[in-house]
Amino acid sequence: MTLAVFFGCAFIAFGPAFALFVFTIAKDPLRVIILIAGAFFWLLSLLLSSLVWFIAIKASNSQDLTLQRGLLIFGVFFSVLLQEVFRFTYYRLLRKATEGLAAITDDDGSAISVRQMAYVAGLGFGIMSGAFSMINVLSDSLGPGTVGIFGDSQYYFITADMPSSKIFRRVKTNLKSSSLIQKMRALMTLALTLLHTFWGVLFFEGCEKSCWWVIAAVVSLHLLVAGLSLLNPLYEGSLPPVYGITLLMGVWAFFSSGGSLHSLNALCTRRKAEGESS
Amino acid sequence: MADNVENAVNSVSNDGTEANRHTETTPSRNEVELNGQPPTARPPQVLTDSEEDEDEELTLKYGAKHVIMLFVPVTLCMVVVVATIKSVSFYTQKDGQQLIYTPFREDTETVGQRALNSMLNAFIMIGVILVMTLVLVVLYKYRCYKVIQAWLFFSNLLLLFFFSLIYLGEVFKTYNVAMDYFTLAVIIWNFGVVGMICIHWKGPLRLQQAYLIMISALMALVFIKYLPEWTAKLLIINASSVDLLAVLCPKGPLRILVETAQERNETIFPALIYSSTMVWLFNMADSAETGNNSSHPVPQQENQVAMAPTAQPEDDGGFTPAWVNQQQHQLGPMQSSEDSRREIQELPSARPPPVEDDEERGVKLGLGDFIFYSMLVGKASATASGDWNTTIACFVAILIGLCLTLLLLAIFKKALPALPISITFGLVFYFATDNLVRPFMDQLAVHQFYI
Repeated sequence: MTLAVFFGCAFIAFGPAFALFVFTIAKDPLRVIILIAGAFFWLLSLLLSSLVWFIAIKASNSQDLTLQRGLLIFGVFFSVLLQEVFRFTYYRLLRKATEGLAAITDDDGSAISVRQMAYVAGLGFGIMSGAFSMINVLSDSLGPGTVGIFGDSQYYFITADMPSSKIFRRVKTNLKSSSLIQKMRALMTLALTLLHTFWGVLFFEGCEKSCWWVIAAVVSLHLLVAGLSLLNPLYEGSLPPVYGITLLMGVWAFFSSGGSLHSLNALCTRRKAEGESS
Repeated sequence: MADNVENAVNSVSNDGTEANRHTETTPSRNEVELNGQPPTARPPQVLTDSEEDEDEELTLKYGAKHVIMLFVPVTLCMVVVVATIKSVSFYTQKDGQQLIYTPFREDTETVGQRALNSMLNAFIMIGVILVMTLVLVVLYKYRCYKVIQAWLFFSNLLLLFFFSLIYLGEVFKTYNVAMDYFTLAVIIWNFGVVGMICIHWKGPLRLQQAYLIMISALMALVFIKYLPEWTAKLLIINASSVDLLAVLCPKGPLRILVETAQERNETIFPALIYSSTMVWLFNMADSAETGNNSSHPVPQQENQVAMAPTAQPEDDGGFTPAWVNQQQHQLGPMQSSEDSRREIQELPSARPPPVEDDEERGVKLGLGDFIFYSMLVGKASATASGDWNTTIACFVAILIGLCLTLLLLAIFKKALPALPISITFGLVFYFATDNLVRPFMDQLAVHQFYI
């Protein structure tokens, strides 16, 4: 059972991202580099936000649970803001790089366009974010199939120190089964990966055209999604809205990067025409 | 352990100068033809400008391509090491044995004592490595090629046969696969012989690259097993600073090595250097001596991945102290030669006569680089409390460091050490992820918040 859960959740969470990577990024070395650099920037943002949270935790009373939870929520929102800041930083870096490239070459055909870079950067952010949320859980799911979100043995609760075991016990009693929770996690991770990709596209577009409201919308939607995740483990409350937002973002990103109903139509009819002719 | 990464940007810069030369000749030719027609003399120059621009853009494109040509093998090596560490418990078990070069133990009572012991261990190892590097440079300078080649040959022999036998044995133990000695002998024999042929003589490029990756992974696994925690990290730090000094200081041994090799128009020991394009070398080796502008490796030196010379294979395959000592013998010189070999030298102009294709000029990275990168990532996956998060963070950090190193290479166009930047990033992310990010992510995972 655990192997099935492992593969199922792994494919749910990472399948689309992997497919996007294989089909659109793997062939072009420059895109791979931009992807990895994007992942690096996300990592940097996470590092800084964890540092801030860590300092806050150490400076506060560790016994006060509500305070800890409050600090964690603060950590979440601060991390979201920091991610957007680093997205902006990455945008500036990429712009400088393309400008440098453009300065060297006379012709317009630069190696990669800003839109492509936006997509790749967003995907980099998304993949890294997904990896960090999901991988530890996935590897734990390969362990013995006991009930408990981390696959911990039930005896963990007896031997653990009180506060954390209280949390675990509380979470445990809310669970129907661990595999369901992992599926939810996988779905959430998938949503976040896609969201990061779309936000990347929109953010860069907004920066390019200096539409500050677009940037503000992206940031606030990110905050909204993070806030929705605060409703967890009541996944019914968080997953459907998040997926709604994902769809919305997808449509918006599609139209903002130059797609249109006409081009969709052309795609379908061309396929049909090719299908007829072959 | 100076791993210098010179990639084909250097040769592309040669290309650039060639193009310049070419463009210089073109106008003159055109002037001869279009004598007395100044207006028409301009178009050729516009052409040459765009050729130069194309060159620059090609530089960037091929720069990215070369980065990827290094990303893939480094990633593969790390994947092999991490997969082995995660599945085969042998490499994470502490048998209590240590290398002979790390005599001080780390299981002491006080933290201070432990710190002191690990520092001493790291210094001893670095000292050994430096000595071996100097020996190698001296041998190279006085043209004792045969000695070096024999050295490399024997160390490779040990690695391909003995270490892979142990590795295979442990993998079988982990997965509870029964295998008789005859089959095992046949497998190991074939693996080893094909490896020796591919690496020291001729073979398909991909196969040779695969073997180089495999032996780097094996070496990294040995280090992970036999180096205690703090010693390993201190060794990595020391190695990258020694790398920096040895390559950039005017009197650094590796710099001397590079310059001597460049004077002689030879490649520095294609042994112990991973190269992404060696195919044409075979042709070049057979072709006639070229002029000053060609560097053209001595045929026997092609594809030699020299690890250190190894002593005679020991009597028993058990992990007795005698075996451990033998291993030290072998490991010592291995490290040194790795270090010294960790030069990347571009193959200057061994251009195939017909068409000079940028793509054929590859990048080279020393195997010691592979080993240290994989060692860092392997240690992260073995012992870090953040586990996979730390591993992924180190992985990304090392790749970005490599990217930056190659970028610097493109800017400075001279031999550069490949260790410092990557190792710095890797270590920073290792400690930061382990101590800062892990508690944060743990708390987030408990509450199932998403950021």
